Amino acid sequence: MEYIAIAFGAIFVNNVILKQFYGLCPFLGVSTKKSSALSMGMAVTFVITLSTMIAHLLYTQVLVPNEITYLSTIVFILVIASFVQLVEMIIKKFSATVYSALGVYLPLITTNCAVLGVAIDITVNSQNKLGTAVPTFGQVTIYALGISLGYALVIFLFSAIREEMEAYPIKRNYQGIPIALITAFIMAMIFVGFGGIV
Amino acid sequence: MARKPKSLKAVFTTGFIKQNPVFVQFLGMCPTLAVTGSVESALGMGAGVIFVLTLSNLFVSSIRNFVPREVRIPIYIVIIASLVTVLEMYMNAFQPDLAKSLGTFLSLIVVNCLILGRAEAFASKNGPLKSMADGLGMALGFTGGIVLIAFFRELLGSGSITIWKDLAFTFVPEVYRISILVAPAGAFLVFGILVAQINKLKFKREERNEVA
Repeated sequence: MEYIAIAFGAIFVNNVILKQFYGLCPFLGVSTKKSSALSMGMAVTFVITLSTMIAHLLYTQVLVPNEITYLSTIVFILVIASFVQLVEMIIKKFSATVYSALGVYLPLITTNCAVLGVAIDITVNSQNKLGTAVPTFGQVTIYALGISLGYALVIFLFSAIREEMEAYPIKRNYQGIPIALITAFIMAMIFVGFGGIV
Repeated sequence: MARKPKSLKAVFTTGFIKQNPVFVQFLGMCPTLAVTGSVESALGMGAGVIFVLTLSNLFVSSIRNFVPREVRIPIYIVIIASLVTVLEMYMNAFQPDLAKSLGTFLSLIVVNCLILGRAEAFASKNGPLKSMADGLGMALGFTGGIVLIAFFRELLGSGSITIWKDLAFTFVPEVYRISILVAPAGAFLVFGILVAQINKLKFKREERNEVA
């Protein structure tokens, strides 16, 4: 039951894009087509879930016992950057189909602030985000999975709306980013409605 | 690439309006939306970016001739991350309230595309002095942009302007406040409308130039 609450909260209530504003550059940049949004969503899900698990292990097993938690930002960004490289190499070696679908998006993920943001949230700031100062490995995994599924869900829905929107006449000064932001505003308003559930 | 090298002053001012990171280049959008709930946190974020971007441009430009091309991005990231760690330690020690209101976004300056973008596009090709001018100019443009968004959100949403701690002014009585604008969702709306208005001005000016 506790895990369901964490997952639901992470996907809908504290949605990573609409509520926490992580990963907006790819959200606006890669969401013009449904297919690329789906690939981006899958790549992000994969990377966030695994890198958060690694970050949690590093934080609890290495940084906290040695009292060097002030180094967490620099450690996490290095881990994430090398992890993304590793994932890219592994995928390239083993599956050409997966690589052709995700390959372009993987390097972009290093600078996607959602990955680093979630890693910091579950360690340094976990009191605010998960309600416990020392979340267990299980809680962290479910939270990271929920957050990334929320990312994939919203970026896919958003790309579907943007594809439809192309058929409609929009004032010239609202074309592109402004109308996308206003669409995101309406989606965020809808997601506010999930607020009371958990 | 045979462009005339720009003067120091032109390098410094290009980030203010012409290449404004917030409204023209759309770089570093996560903090743009997240910390603009109040003018105070926007100013704090701006100060952080000014510190990191000016110094990171200086360091990247100083070592630009020794760094092999293949590993330059990881090296830039380490420089930026070290500067952000310094900033974090300072903020947590001396400005704990501000650090709390910026939250994770203080650490997320590391992955702000504006900083890595300037390191790659400008500092890795220009001298230290020019790079510092570029970093400072861009960071000031960024600060101006986010303070503008924060101004509208705070004024219309919570009816007041908080510049620093107790230095706050209340303008709008409670019944007329549009509280959705301070909520996370409102950030998208305010930013979207502001970008559209700026585009409108830009198009008008272009048309005038074509006629003339």
